[in-house]
Parts: sequence; C-alpha cells; structure tokens
Amino acid sequence: MPSEAAEPNHLVAFPGGYTRSVGPVTGRFLSELRDGRMVGVRTAGGRVLVPPAECDPETGEDVTGEFVEVGPAGTVTTWSWVPRPAKEHPFDRPFAWALIRPDGADTALLHALDLGVFEPGAKPPKVLKTGMRVRPKYRAERTGTIGDIECFLPEVTMINPQAALEYRLKGGRALGRFLEGISEGRILGHRCPVCEKVIVPMKGFCTRDGVPTTEEVELPDTGTVTTFAVNNIPDPRAPEVPFVSGYVLLDGAGLTMLTLVAGIPADQVRMGMRVRAAWRPREEWDRSMANIKWFEPIDEPDVPFEEIKDYM
Amino acid sequence: MRPVAVVAFVQTEHSAEDQGIAETEMVLPVINEIKERTGLSRFGFTCSGSCDYLQGAPFAFVSALDTLGAWPPISESHVEMDGAWALYEAWVKLQIGEIDTALVYGFGKSSQGDLRAIMSQQLDPYHLAPLGVDQVSMAAMQARAYMEKAGVKEDDLRAVAARSREAGRGNPFALHLPDPAESAAEQDYDVAPLHGYDVAPVTDGAAAIVLAAGDKARELCERPAWITGIDHRTEPHSLGVRDLTRSEAARIAGEKAGATGIEVAELHAQFSHEELILREALGLGDGVTINPSGGALSANPVMAAGLIRIGEAASRIHDGTASRTLGHAASGPCLQQNLVCVLSGENNG
Repeated sequence: MPSEAAEPNHLVAFPGGYTRSVGPVTGRFLSELRDGRMVGVRTAGGRVLVPPAECDPETGEDVTGEFVEVGPAGTVTTWSWVPRPAKEHPFDRPFAWALIRPDGADTALLHALDLGVFEPGAKPPKVLKTGMRVRPKYRAERTGTIGDIECFLPEVTMINPQAALEYRLKGGRALGRFLEGISEGRILGHRCPVCEKVIVPMKGFCTRDGVPTTEEVELPDTGTVTTFAVNNIPDPRAPEVPFVSGYVLLDGAGLTMLTLVAGIPADQVRMGMRVRAAWRPREEWDRSMANIKWFEPIDEPDVPFEEIKDYM
Repeated sequence: MRPVAVVAFVQTEHSAEDQGIAETEMVLPVINEIKERTGLSRFGFTCSGSCDYLQGAPFAFVSALDTLGAWPPISESHVEMDGAWALYEAWVKLQIGEIDTALVYGFGKSSQGDLRAIMSQQLDPYHLAPLGVDQVSMAAMQARAYMEKAGVKEDDLRAVAARSREAGRGNPFALHLPDPAESAAEQDYDVAPLHGYDVAPVTDGAAAIVLAAGDKARELCERPAWITGIDHRTEPHSLGVRDLTRSEAARIAGEKAGATGIEVAELHAQFSHEELILREALGLGDGVTINPSGGALSANPVMAAGLIRIGEAASRIHDGTASRTLGHAASGPCLQQNLVCVLSGENNG
C-alpha cells in the first residue's frame, strides 16, 4: 500500500498529455472503438488477435491486413477484485479487472468489469466467475481510446420487472367496526356464542364454529408473545432489520394477532414475553391498524409455555 | 564459456519507510563495503540497475555514479531494470575476456512515491495504461487463473507468505513482518484473491555484487560461487495472449541455465502464487530449500530485489552450506520476464 505519511511535494507529469502516434494496426482498433465496434487482426496462422498487434506473438511474423469484427460479447478468462480502488482506477467503488476473450477472438483483452454498487472493502460477488459472459458498455462520447469502452457489464441473465396494482378496499362491516374502534384507541372483538372465545379482530362469525357473532368485547392493549420470527429482509413498514414479527395473544382473547414486536433487540424476544401496544401519537390516528406501530415488552414475568401452547 | 563467479555480495538493511536518506546515501555504504570486502577500488566494468521513475527525475541513475569515484573515467553501463540484468550484462562483458572484474549494483527507494502507479507506467500505453490497471490487480488475475487450474487455495498462498516471513524474521537485512495469521490488518483482500501478506512490501534498499573471472575469482574469494549457467527470457507483454497459469519464460531460462540438482533457490516472487508458478516452471521439488532469506515477500527493494536473489544464492555457496544454488529475477507484469542464474561451488575453471 502506498505510504500516506506525507503530502506529495514533487510532481512528474506531461502537462496536456504525451502525444503518441499509434500506427495503422492500433489506429484501426482505436478508430473502430470510436465507432462502437471491436476488431481483431488475423495472423498468418489464422488466429485473431484482440487487441490487434503488428506481429504474431507466437511467431513474430507480420500479421495479415485482415481485420475481423469480434464480440461484442465475450468470456472472462480470469479476473481480480479490487475492494478499495486507487485513485488511478476507473471506479471509486469496488469493481473487477478481467481478461475478456471477445467472441471470434483467440486472445483476451484486459478491461474493467462493473458488477454494480458495493460498499468499500466488499468481498468478490458470487456472480463473478471465470467463464462469465460479458459485454462492453460504450461511452456516448467516444474519442478513439481504450476508454471508449467505459467498462464491461455482465450479460443479462435476469430481469426484475416491477408490478403495482391499486385497489380501493372497504374491508366489510366487521372489520369496519374493528377499525372504528382502533381509530378511537380501542381494541374490539366478538365473543363466539358457542365456544365463548373472543375473536380479535372480529370477522362477524366464528371461524371455528361457523356461527355469526355480534357480542362486542373491548380488550386491553396488553398481551403475550406466543411465537415469533426474525425478519432480515427490509420492509418499509417495519423497523430496521432484523425486525421481529410475532403472534400476540391479547389478554382475554381466544385468537392471536399477527403484529410487529419491537423495543427490544431481536435476539432477546421470547415466547411468553409480555407486551403492550405502542400507539402512534393520537393526532396521527385514522381507521388503520397502523395506529399501533408494534408491541413492546412490559416489565412482567414471562407466561409459562403451558399457558400459550395452544395459541401458536 | 569463461568461468565467472560471484565473489562478494553486500546489501543494505532494507527498510519499509523512508529513512530520510537520498538514493546516493543508500548506495554509497554498499559500494564502500564491497570495495573493502574485495580489496578492489577499481573494476574492469561497472553496471547498475535502477528505475528513474522511482526517484521521479530523468537520468536519476547518473547521480549514483558519484558514489563510485568515477575518475579517472570508468567503463560503465546502466539498465533501466533490476540489477540482475545489470549482472547479466557484466557477465557477458566478462565473457568477452578483456576484463577480469565487474561491479554490479542495484537500488530503489519505493517509499517516496506510489509504487503501483509508478509501475503502471511500464504498461502498453494504448490498451493498458489508460485503464489505470496496476501490477497488483494484474498479479491477482494471474493468481486466480493459476489457482483455478492447479486447485490451489488461498490458504496455500498464505502458507507461502507465512514461510517467507518466518525466514525473513531470521534475516537481519529483511523486513521483520508478522505471521499472516497474527496480522489483523491483512485479513482483508488487497486485490482478491490476494491478501496484503501475498503482496511484496514496499521496501527501500540497495545491493552490490562483484563478479570475477578465473584465477581472479579464486584470489578474491575462498569459495567462489561459479556461474555455471545464466539465461533470461521474456514473454509477450499483453496478458491476453499469454497462458498465465505457467511461466514458459522461467521454464526455458531454467532449462538453458541448466537448473538441475539445485539445493537452494532464491526466487524473485513478488506475490505468493508466483513462487508456486516458478517452482513448477523450474522443476524445484519438495527437497529444494526456497528463499531462506525470506525472499521478496520479506523485502522487495525494487530494482535490487532480483540481484539480491543471486547474491543470497551465492552466499549459500560462499558460506559452504550449499554446493549448487539458483538465483532468479523477474520483471514486467505477471512474471513477463525471467532471469535464471545457476551457481556452483565446484571449480569448473
């Protein structure tokens, strides 16, 4: 690693760059690049050299004058991964270098390979493999340099189409009544006339006994976590990952509710943990379950497993 | 072939940091010590290896001549390469038969610039240099290609680094670097698949060798290290036309130099995987001791490190611990150019 000890106090440079003539072979290659094409040159032995060279590296003989369009796709023959780019590098974020043999060529070209956005110090991504198929990304403004190819990109192997449908849901009478309660900070359920369990949120019938339910019961906003899952995929509605979703059995309820559990590190959530609803500020309430952000632990002893085992 | 031997070898205590001394101040003690060691103040020929880009000044190597006492005028040459190639030129000059002694030296102070950016200046200016690709990134591509072909794992590379550093800690001239396993800062990739410890450290240093022919060599050294074969070969510059999984240049140079029956080899491997590629190319089996000095992974004063490999290989003969050794030097990206020098304690003249 270069020493970072002191600021440079001596510069060697060619102001304005160093002018080089390129000759007919390299010149043809660079001219074609400016036109958005890659060409190789054929050797007397029939091989196609990319980038084209004046002489066959195997025999030293002059190459033929035959230029052959190659690629644009090519195959990675080897690669390296730069987790922390230097200032001379073409990217300021992690990227790969690769030797790429364009289709139709017998030799490989060295260039940068962009695999997307990674944090500094990232390890090589799994998609980066010898044999992977890549294509050049040409710059819009080209001047006849190797940099007219900005970089190579992996061939398309996957798409990620977005789908979004809009609905106007009303939710029915029972849910409407439940949300009305929620909009007032109350949690309402129905007691089943057959099994006598309180169903919350109520549906207007008992899913166990199949009978209509009408007897309203208001439940407290405290309950017990019966089971839970730790989520590692971010969700805009949830706290930062890892977050916990769980079943909460409200005190007096006969069914659990699926909610978020927060206010405690994910690895400390327990089955049997006592929790209370964390309401949003009153001025933000509307007819939505979002009025309850999540359930948070309260300072009460855990409920023994025996008492919750039928509510998972 | 005229018998020519390495009769003396001197090097600096290499440093990873700028010691606050100019290149000339680094070279002078080495030249003076080797003059003292051989009792010679004048040489039939002098040849040096260095790189002006390391110093950031044109003809920077000329100032090093001031350390020689070049008056009356001396017969002198310079290569913009590692001092090992200066040694080759001196050996050729000795073969012509007009002179009996030659002084060879190499030096480099990598600490004062950005070595990776400097080494990128040696790349083809049309297809490579404009990309900003550097020698470590390219070496990592070679490592990848070799590992995939040979089934070698990152742990195997780390074992090379660990052995080299352990040996280096026993060498008063090398940097004393920690075992890779105990070096927290080096657990991350430098350029994958290479870790920090797989990459030769930035090092300042200088070295000098005196060559002598026939009776002069016997007069100057109790046990001269005779050069029984020396050869250097290069491959094409473009990585895309080469088979990076092996080193044909090293193989042919080794074959031409007669690299058989080697007991100790000093390989100029600037990256862990290069040692493995070179062992294969040179046919160095498990019985051969590799880089007892710690090699370039323990100290890599650019432009002297190859010459030091020959000097270290010769030292094993001078001190009687080996009778047939090999010094190797490399230049260019991904072992493009390789020099092999076979040394023997057997008096063949």
